[in-house]
This record gives sequence, structure tokens and C-alpha cells, in this order.
Amino acid sequence: MNLLEVRGLEVRFGDGPAALVVEALDVVDGETLAVIGPNGSGKSTLFAALACVRPWDAGRLTFEGRPVEPTGPAALDYRRRIATVMQQPLLLDTTALDNAAQGLRYRGIGRREARAKAQAWLDRLGIGHLASRRARHLSGGEAQRVSLARAMAIEPRLVLLDEPFAPLDAPSRAAFIADLRRVLAETGTTALLVTHDRSEALMLADRVAVLLGGRIVQIGTPAEVFEAPADERVAAFVGVETIQPGVLESVDDGLGVVRVFGPGGTVSRVEVRTDLPAGSAVHVCVRPEDVAVSPRDAGSHVHEGLTSVRNRLPGVVRAVLPLEGQFRVTIDCGFPLVATVTKRAFVELGLEEGRAVVAAFKATAAHLVPRRPGREEARPSQAGPPAGQAAPEPLPACQES
Amino acid sequence: MDLVWDGIRKAFWLLVTGDPEVVAVTWLSLRVSGTATLVSLLVGVPMGTLLALTRFPGRSVLLAAVNTGMGMPPVVVGLFVTILLWRNGPLGILGILYSPTAMVVAQVIIAAPMVTGLTVAAMQNLDPRLRLQLLGLGASRPQLLLSLWKEARLPLLAAVMAGFGAVISEVGAVMMVGGNIKGHTRVLTTATVMETARGNFDLAIALGLILLLLAYLVNLGLTMIQQRGKVR
Repeated sequence: MNLLEVRGLEVRFGDGPAALVVEALDVVDGETLAVIGPNGSGKSTLFAALACVRPWDAGRLTFEGRPVEPTGPAALDYRRRIATVMQQPLLLDTTALDNAAQGLRYRGIGRREARAKAQAWLDRLGIGHLASRRARHLSGGEAQRVSLARAMAIEPRLVLLDEPFAPLDAPSRAAFIADLRRVLAETGTTALLVTHDRSEALMLADRVAVLLGGRIVQIGTPAEVFEAPADERVAAFVGVETIQPGVLESVDDGLGVVRVFGPGGTVSRVEVRTDLPAGSAVHVCVRPEDVAVSPRDAGSHVHEGLTSVRNRLPGVVRAVLPLEGQFRVTIDCGFPLVATVTKRAFVELGLEEGRAVVAAFKATAAHLVPRRPGREEARPSQAGPPAGQAAPEPLPACQES
Repeated sequence: MDLVWDGIRKAFWLLVTGDPEVVAVTWLSLRVSGTATLVSLLVGVPMGTLLALTRFPGRSVLLAAVNTGMGMPPVVVGLFVTILLWRNGPLGILGILYSPTAMVVAQVIIAAPMVTGLTVAAMQNLDPRLRLQLLGLGASRPQLLLSLWKEARLPLLAAVMAGFGAVISEVGAVMMVGGNIKGHTRVLTTATVMETARGNFDLAIALGLILLLLAYLVNLGLTMIQQRGKVR
């Protein structure tokens, strides 16, 4: 059953075009739905509209089968059946306990009863001993827990969370995410989480909606969205670093051969599992963690040893970027292919810039998204190669030697 | 220096003996300025909140007017109120010129812009997202306003102090619209001016000191309330 249904929602700022258009979005009873998108994609605008704290310009919201009005008593009635947790805790200048009781007080619950319920929630979130502390003397993590206690104390049908982990440091964040997951599971509360952080969505969400440029471009399970992004923009947002234009040359038993166009007009070939028909204009998407890198010494053949890996591409390391505990290596193999390797592997393989390597990934690790006509015209460097020019070394996708 | 000591001695004597005229003048000062401050709060806090939290055509014009009003010379206020309440003036029919009511009206015109302007600053100083969070918690509009005022209580108390301080020490307007009538509209400031003009410096100093003490005590009380919320 859908707890919240959004249809044709539009929000405008001034006389300009709609900043947010949501054709259809459902929040199913009991689920946690994450709306993910980069900064400026309209997440906060969507949050404010769904929380009914900002009126929308067109569209319909239905909560528990009843329409929600953007203003007036019906809006207040809706706001009192849901709860919100925002990016900043935004506590009032009073004690943690009175803050946690605030939502109940707004609902006309007496001070004593409200405080008792609030205290129970502070205890449940491990901060019961801080009840009498002034809000301004709480740490970021403690304050955000008070904010969560304040929301949960009213026993909402739906809790809306707007990047609640953003201001927290890494340990507080991990602990708070674990607590939130536990609390949502224990209470069976439906949640809508707005975030720019993919890992938060992966850890908490049953379903993920991707919001880009004020439009929802994909909704699905985390596996669907992260492993099979609907287009190259979603792919880029969900962490796919290699997104190259190409044409699906042939398809045989679900295994396609793609001509991939490199930036210098080079052409490479890769094999990819696909349902698309031959001749399709596509983007090849490869996650950096799916690319294996091995050294290639001068004179040695690329295709040494038997392997089931369909794509083994010779290349040269062009750029190295140290990340937390690993390295991001960009390999020029006719097109820029990004791989992440552990620090240890990086040292053992000597992956400095200019190193000749072989990059390998399975046909199932790559994902094809249809390339919309017209999009390439805007990116001439990624268009097809000039006639007669090809990659320096034609690369059959896989060869058993 | 002798004059000052004489003044202090006299002030002490007048306070200790409870001189009826001084008590009456002090009480009227408190009553007029207290009422004016209260009315200014009732007008200024909602208006300042409206100006701070909403956007409407003409808002900037109104804000500029409030800011101008915060620095309005009291004699100009006195002049306009006198003309308004003059026998043949637009509101002459009320017959309140040279009465404590007229003094309250003049002082409200002086204090209200101050309270309004400081309320605007106090409310704009709150995190704008707090409003959304409180609405998201299920606050109705009146509950939202009460919560926001409570949250801004320290700067709002500063607005009360500023308003009261401006009117209790003001002399030009009350002199013009009250007339400094003995037993009727004479307040501490007008009495001080009059006694100075007469050369009764000791009495003038005594009245001045009482005025200072009064302003101090009222502000002390308000400051204690303000700081009580701040220290913990």
C-alpha cells in the first residue's frame, strides 16, 4: 500500500520554469525510500514540499489515501501525522528533554506526558542521561539524536529525513546510521531519506529514487539503480567513473561487442552483457572497483594465460590520485578507463604514471545505457573517430592464447 | 562639587522621607513610560516579526520608515503630536493634549519604531531553517510564533530595555504634549529641566539621580531576566 503518493508535483521559484517536477513518486508503507541526487538537484525543494512547509505550484499529494493541501488546516493535519529530521538539528534554546518533547507539545499533549515519552526516546537512543542538558551544550551527534528523538516521539506514520548525517563526523555518522536503521526497523516507521551520499542510501534504503536537475530519472532497488543506471547521468552520480560513448556492433547470445570511441578519435572494442539490439548508440559504463590492473612488460603479449575475463585492454597509466586507503588510477587504453587499486597493489605493481599495464574487466561488470541522439553533438571530442583512424592496437575483447 | 554632594544628600533625603511631590512625579514617570513601552511592545513585536519573516510589496519602504523612526528626534515627535492633538487639530476633539495620555502617545511614537526595528533584527538573527523545522514538527502558526519569540527572547528583552530607556529619559516630547503641569503631567525629566532653569541645582540633581536610579533598577531587572537564560 502506498502511504504517500506524489503526482505531477511542480515547484517554481518566481516566474522561471519549474525548479522541480515530479511526475510520480510513491512511498510504500513500511519502506525506506532514499531520494538521492547531487547538490542543487532539487532535493531540499522536494523535501520542503513533501514536508508541507513550502507550498507547491501544481500537482497532487495523497497521504493515507487522502489529498494533502499545500496550506491551511489540512496541511497542518498532515504535518502532524508526519515528522521531519533536517540536516541541522535546529534545537530550541532549552533542555534536550524539552526539545524532544516539542512535537508532542505542539500536538496538545500535556507537559508531563510529553516529557515522559520524550525521555523514553532519549533513553532508547542512548542519550537519556543528557535530558537536562541545554541543547547548545550538546555535541553534533548528540544534538542530531535529540532531533531524531523529537521526531520519533510523536510516533509519525512517515518520517522525512533531509541529509541528517551530513554535519556529523565519520564515527558519529556510522553510529547514527546504525541507530536510525534499528529504530526504523523496530518501529516499522516509513521513511523518506533525502541525501547526496550514495553510501547512506545503500545502507538504509529499500528503494532509491535518483533526482537530477529537478526531475526523478530513475526509481528502483539499490541494486537496480547502482548496477544498472538508467542513463549516463545516473551512472556518473552512482559512482561509475568510466562512461564512454560507443556503438553496439553486434550481439550474440546476449553478449555484445561495442565499438568504444576514445577522446582522440581512437576506437576500441569491449564485450558487454546486454539486452540492447545491435546498432544501438550506447554509453559503456564501468565501475572503477570492477577493473583489475596487471603489469605489462615491454615485449610481452597482452593476452597471456587462459581467463574468463572478456576484456583485457593494454594501456598506459596516465594519472594517479591517492584516495582513502586506495588509489584511483586512470589508464589510457584507447579511452580513459578508471580503476581503483589498493595501496598495497599500487606499490607492488609500481603503478606510477607512464607504466604499461593491462586493464581487465568482465563482460558482466560493464553496463550499457542507451545514448540519446543529440547528446553527443554537445561533446564533439567523444564523437566517432575520423574515417580511417583507429586505436593504435586493435583489441579483441578476449583471446585465449 | 558641593552642588553635586548637596544634590545627592537631597535625593537621599527626598527618597527617605517619601516627599509626596517627588513620589507623584516618579510614579507618573514610571506609569507613562511603562505604559508607552508596553504599547510599543504590543505594536512593535508583531510588526517587527511580520517585517522579518514575510515578503510583501512595500516591505522595504516600511523597513526604511522604521529605521528612520528609530532615530527620530523627540522634539519633532512632540511637535507633530501637539499639532495633531491641538484644539483645532485633526484629533483635537479627543481633548487629551496636556494629559498623561498625550505623553503616552508621544512616547509610543518614539519607542515603537525602536522596538519594531530591534524585533526585526532579533527575528532575522534566528536560523531561517528553524521556522521550517518547527512547522515540520507540527506547529500551527500561533505555536510557531510563540516558539520563535521564546527563542529570540534575549534580543527581544534588549528591545524592551532600549524602548524603555529611550522614553524614560526623554524630555522634549513630554514637555511639549504634557506641558509639565504640576500634579498632572510633571515627570522626572520635565521637573529636572524646570528646577535647573530656576537655579535649584540641588533639587535638579536629586531628580536626575532618582531618574538614573529608576532607569538602572528597571534595566537591572530586565538584564537579570535576560542573563538568567544565557548563563546556564
